[in-house]
Amino acid sequence: MQKGQLRYAFFLGCTVPIRAQNYELSARKVARLFGIELVDVDDFSCCGFPVKSTHAPTTSLIAARNLAIASNLGLNVCTLCSSCSSTLTEANMRLAEDTDLKRELGRTGREYRDEIHVKHFVRVLWEDVGIDRIREQVKRSLVPLRLAAHYGCHYLKPREIFGFDEPEDPRSLDELIQVTGASVVDYENKKICCGGAILGIDEDDALQIAKKKLDSVKESGADALISICPFCSIMYEDNQRKIESRFESTYELPVLYYPQLLGIALGIEPSELGVRMNKVKLDSVFAKLE
Amino acid sequence: MVQAKELDPNFRNQVLSLPGGENLLRCYACGDCTASCPVRGIDERFNPRRIIRMAVLGLKERVLRSDFVWLCSTCYSCHERCPQGVKIPEIMALLKNLAVREGYIHPSFKKQAQLVRDMGRLYEIEDFDNKRRQRLGLPPVKKVVDEVREIFRRTGAMRFLE
Repeated sequence: MQKGQLRYAFFLGCTVPIRAQNYELSARKVARLFGIELVDVDDFSCCGFPVKSTHAPTTSLIAARNLAIASNLGLNVCTLCSSCSSTLTEANMRLAEDTDLKRELGRTGREYRDEIHVKHFVRVLWEDVGIDRIREQVKRSLVPLRLAAHYGCHYLKPREIFGFDEPEDPRSLDELIQVTGASVVDYENKKICCGGAILGIDEDDALQIAKKKLDSVKESGADALISICPFCSIMYEDNQRKIESRFESTYELPVLYYPQLLGIALGIEPSELGVRMNKVKLDSVFAKLE
Repeated sequence: MVQAKELDPNFRNQVLSLPGGENLLRCYACGDCTASCPVRGIDERFNPRRIIRMAVLGLKERVLRSDFVWLCSTCYSCHERCPQGVKIPEIMALLKNLAVREGYIHPSFKKQAQLVRDMGRLYEIEDFDNKRRQRLGLPPVKKVVDEVREIFRRTGAMRFLE
């Protein structure tokens, strides 16, 4: 594989660099091992998603501006947050066909030059690196672990903007977990939304939606939940205590970002993967790996 | 009960004319959206099939002034399953946009939009954050304020956020 193909403008978004540094750290470490170059870009802002409910044209233009910056660097974009991924992917499609958005962007002094692509980091691992190459690099088998894959929503949906994997029966994350030696559990509510998007609108509704998944994962007996989006982790991990006390339930369910899990399998020191920042302690996971 | 005088025959045209609203009239009310909806699963106030029907009928005020219109979690389950290709999450977004135009903005979304307008991000980047990032070996995050603010000015979004 040519090195040039694995060079991406690294789009951190809002939440990851402030609230999910363990995700960012582990992604950077894993990327380096596979020769994926993640280029930091100072001029990137928010992707635009948080404004969509208020004023969608503003979202499109904020996204287009970010894409123009990457396009001028001649780089495809790699995201860690699934909402950034969908917002940028959708705007990127529109820039290819929508002359109005291009014109509006031009008026801001930015130009979208050559077409670029947007990919979630997990998709980069699945498509660009590939399961076979990952398997060759696994140093520490995670066979004792039984894990629940959580795809969330904006990693694969809507399908017409992404066009990979199968949103109704997804397998990319399952395969990426299995390549570490761990097994994936089949569980109810595998595809349910985390509820994060309505946390500020109706906290009780949002927590109840998150609770459904936590209940199902607990029922499955999984050792941990594997997340690929900072919002999903906020719901399942940061809010786990709150859900436990509000609904009188107990989970103590560790939640890991996928690159943390992969990093452990690749033989990276867990401390370098930010495991101390995980809100639900991972002792039970590491105990199984002893 | 719905009174005929409540119906605004132009409302559907408004929805149809906005990006994402094109397929509104294709809905034959099968209810796949509602059956797939995780919010509906726990809160009866939110019923996508009903909201789409209300939009078709022209119940503009009832939709735009409602508290339920804000409850879509944008999970796209309905979108994936709609047999008629009605882009329901996009319609929910544009209904929220129309509600904002009519002066009904949810305080949570207003706050989010204001943060992006003022900080270029959902969170303000404090020195503390970059010091912490430095300790972790992560590069600093910069503020991108002027250009993002200019976008809000240019699109006319500013006036909804006063």
